[in-house]
Amino acid sequence: MTVQNLIEKLDLKILSEGDLSLPVKGCYCGDLLSWVMSRAQEGDAWLTVMGNINAIGVAALTESACIILVDDAALDADALKKAGENGITVLQTDKDAFSIAVWINRLLNPEN
Amino acid sequence: MDPVRLHYDISGSDFTTAGEASGKIKKTLKSLGFSPAVVRNVTIAVYEAEINMVIHAGGGAIDADIFPDRIEVVLKDEGPGIQDIDLAMQEGWSTAPENVRQLGFGAGMGLPNIKKYSDDLQIESEVGRGTTIRITVQNK
Repeated sequence: MTVQNLIEKLDLKILSEGDLSLPVKGCYCGDLLSWVMSRAQEGDAWLTVMGNINAIGVAALTESACIILVDDAALDADALKKAGENGITVLQTDKDAFSIAVWINRLLNPEN
Repeated sequence: MDPVRLHYDISGSDFTTAGEASGKIKKTLKSLGFSPAVVRNVTIAVYEAEINMVIHAGGGAIDADIFPDRIEVVLKDEGPGIQDIDLAMQEGWSTAPENVRQLGFGAGMGLPNIKKYSDDLQIESEVGRGTTIRITVQNK
């Protein structure tokens, strides 16, 4: 499943468009950046409410497939700029992290 | 064999560039062909130390020496120093101000993460003078 597939299946709004052909391999939920930094895996869709510039840095360093801002959390203007510079895809939804995570699990593991 | 040497000066005033040095070190390690696990360990450890410098010390300098068998990173600042290193090493202990916590930092994971992802961590700190952190990650 690619980021593009995820956007279509979950009706996510694109705030910043990076490489939408990146594969989504997993999912991580969290807002404490140190915590995310040490636990998120490359290729994860990262679900958070943290839309600041440092979140973009963490997504770049962990090589997340995309950031999904849940509960309509906002993306700061300077974070939007940095996301563009770093090619980080930032998506947004009005749904909460639990709902989105459950859907990602279903999409990644259709047999379950 | 001479190491590949990298040097970065870290600004203490602004969070917008925090993480750039660790990002550049990461890119260099990848291009030199280090394994994803080694690259990840170094990146996490240096990122945490870099953020600490910005939050607590008003910036500083980062020097990375990349050898074939190990990566050594020295982070030196002239900040307030660490009063109690044992306490600072405990997960969850933090002296970060509220505005920093609102940015998603200050969870008290910085030093514990550095220790967790490095093979050796040396901290020299003097209150009022500054802190020097030496991180070594072996290329296993």
